[in-house]
Amino acid sequence: MRKVLVPLLLVLALLAAGCGQDASTSGGAAPNGQAASFPVTIDTPAGKVELASQPQRIVSMSPTATEMLFAIGAGSQVVAVDSNSNYPKEAPKTDLSAYQPNLEAIAGYKPDLVVYSDDPGELAAGLGKLAIPALQQPAATRLDDTYAQLDQLGRATGHVAEAGKLTATMKAEIEKIASADRPERPLTYYHELDKNLYTATSKTFIGQLYDQLGMKNIADAADKEGGGYPQLSAEYVVKADPDLIFLADTKCCGQSAGTVAARDGWDQITAVRSGGVVELDDDVASRWGPRVVDFLKVIAAKVQTLEGVGS
Amino acid sequence: MTVTERRPGHDLPVAPGQRPARLRAGPLLAAGAVLAGAALLAVLVGPVRLPPLAVLAELAGRLPLVHTTSGLSAPEAAILWQLRLPRVVLGGLVGAMLAMAGAAYQGVFRNPLADPYLLGAAAGAGLGATLAIAYGPDTSAWPVDLLPVAAFAGAVAGVVAAYALGRSGGARTTTTLILSGVAVAAFLTAIQTYVQQRESETLREVYGWILGRLTTAGWREVALMAPYALVSAVVILLHRRLLDVLAVGDDEASSLGLRAARVRLVVVVAATLATAAAVAVSGLIGFVGIVVPHTVRLLVGTSHRLLAPLSLVAGAAFLILADLAARTVTAPAELPIGVVTAFVGAPFFALVLRTTRRVP
Repeated sequence: MRKVLVPLLLVLALLAAGCGQDASTSGGAAPNGQAASFPVTIDTPAGKVELASQPQRIVSMSPTATEMLFAIGAGSQVVAVDSNSNYPKEAPKTDLSAYQPNLEAIAGYKPDLVVYSDDPGELAAGLGKLAIPALQQPAATRLDDTYAQLDQLGRATGHVAEAGKLTATMKAEIEKIASADRPERPLTYYHELDKNLYTATSKTFIGQLYDQLGMKNIADAADKEGGGYPQLSAEYVVKADPDLIFLADTKCCGQSAGTVAARDGWDQITAVRSGGVVELDDDVASRWGPRVVDFLKVIAAKVQTLEGVGS
Repeated sequence: MTVTERRPGHDLPVAPGQRPARLRAGPLLAAGAVLAGAALLAVLVGPVRLPPLAVLAELAGRLPLVHTTSGLSAPEAAILWQLRLPRVVLGGLVGAMLAMAGAAYQGVFRNPLADPYLLGAAAGAGLGATLAIAYGPDTSAWPVDLLPVAAFAGAVAGVVAAYALGRSGGARTTTTLILSGVAVAAFLTAIQTYVQQRESETLREVYGWILGRLTTAGWREVALMAPYALVSAVVILLHRRLLDVLAVGDDEASSLGLRAARVRLVVVVAATLATAAAVAVSGLIGFVGIVVPHTVRLLVGTSHRLLAPLSLVAGAAFLILADLAARTVTAPAELPIGVVTAFVGAPFFALVLRTTRRVP
């Protein structure tokens, strides 16, 4: 029964996203009546953002925001995305750098809305001077932040219904994954951010996703200050002997099950001995957009196979 | 043995404050004992608690003709032999090379603030590492990682460029050389920053490398570094008397029949090899090359005859202890080793500046 539901929901989600896109490509008219009524006022930590009419020239400086915009059907209103926004493929990727945003380059796209995650310089202040509305969507610290940001983008772009649908679908899928049978003993895991053994604890956004599956993070003991991203000693990883190792450094740093197995001493780890090393997509594992569901599915599938072996 | 014993030909008067040659073994033995103690402590203590007696038994078991059963489990033995021990050995090698290179640079340039990274070695290594990370091929299947090789090549290239630039003006003064080192370092750092900016995906790995890589060190890195360490150490130790002559100034050294420029070149090449090998396997670890030689000077004086070998031994001990702190203070999390060495090194550096203010 469950196995049928997953693709079904996925199709529904895709349909919802597709519909939204169609609606907005046809001249940017409000797709469904009052949901897209403008002007709208959006409360942000940086103050209120007023949007007089539906934005048609959106610049996204955040890969996660880009994924969200396209997922809620606002993709056709996006004119430029930053150099790291590599998903979805149809996103209009540019040279704009999110690390060192260049105000002039952004203004050159004549945006009527800029979405960004971090403000390393005076991005917000500069956009304010140019009277360009700007939404900050900082890195989510929990799933509710993701839902709130989707809702905010929905209201800002005139896709409230699609955003609501997407959120509901995500919640349902995550609920389903989380309610699956769990092993009697919680599986332990290590989530690798780079090969110098930087990792994320269960307090972080990504760690809370693993929590959904009832898994136990080996790095929690190493994070007394609560920063969330400690660097572990190799000795400790070997001693902690995680059941699963998740590599979020496959693209950035070329790590794989093979390179992990070749590390000194790591052949002692259960995950390495029993095929429990999972190669993740760095991007999916570091963003907080709609693809967290894909991420959870990969993890859940791996957990299922381990249970199968165990029983 | 009594002090009254005299042998023919050995009764030359000894100036006050100057020690007879055979007493030089004293400080060296003391430093060696400190190093042995530091190494032993670093092997016994770590983020994972291994029973000390079992560790000693396990180590003794590897000696010829000794048969012991340590009782360490397979993972514990792997932690000891494949993770902890190579890290201690590599920490010792890196510390020894950085401290010795620092002492050599300070001697050659007659500048108490000279450190192993003075002539663009750090900037060159940084650029080499960044290029390897950003544009290098996937080397996971290669026997040797590209990163240390690129860092090594970059460090050597940086110093060669600084040296060529410093000599091209005709003048071969140490000041010209140091200034060209500054120029080369700034230039290379600019390129590195540009590449990082273009390839922002690589930022994380580049910073991981810059912050120090002893965390993931293994025997492979030890094997990579050992040959260069050995050659550099031998060359510098053989030149330690000439460094003393050089200390009086180029003109005076020439009048004593020493080709100052040539000695300087040989020592700089050896110190650069040592630095490059250290940087290649461990990233940039600051202040060791300043702190250790200056401490040794405070304790035993400025003669390179003692300074070079003592810096080597003390540098090894210092970095082994610094790394011990790096991996135990916040265990099982790691502190970047550069933080530890700079935390001790920066205040100390200020102190050295105060006490040596009279030196131009």
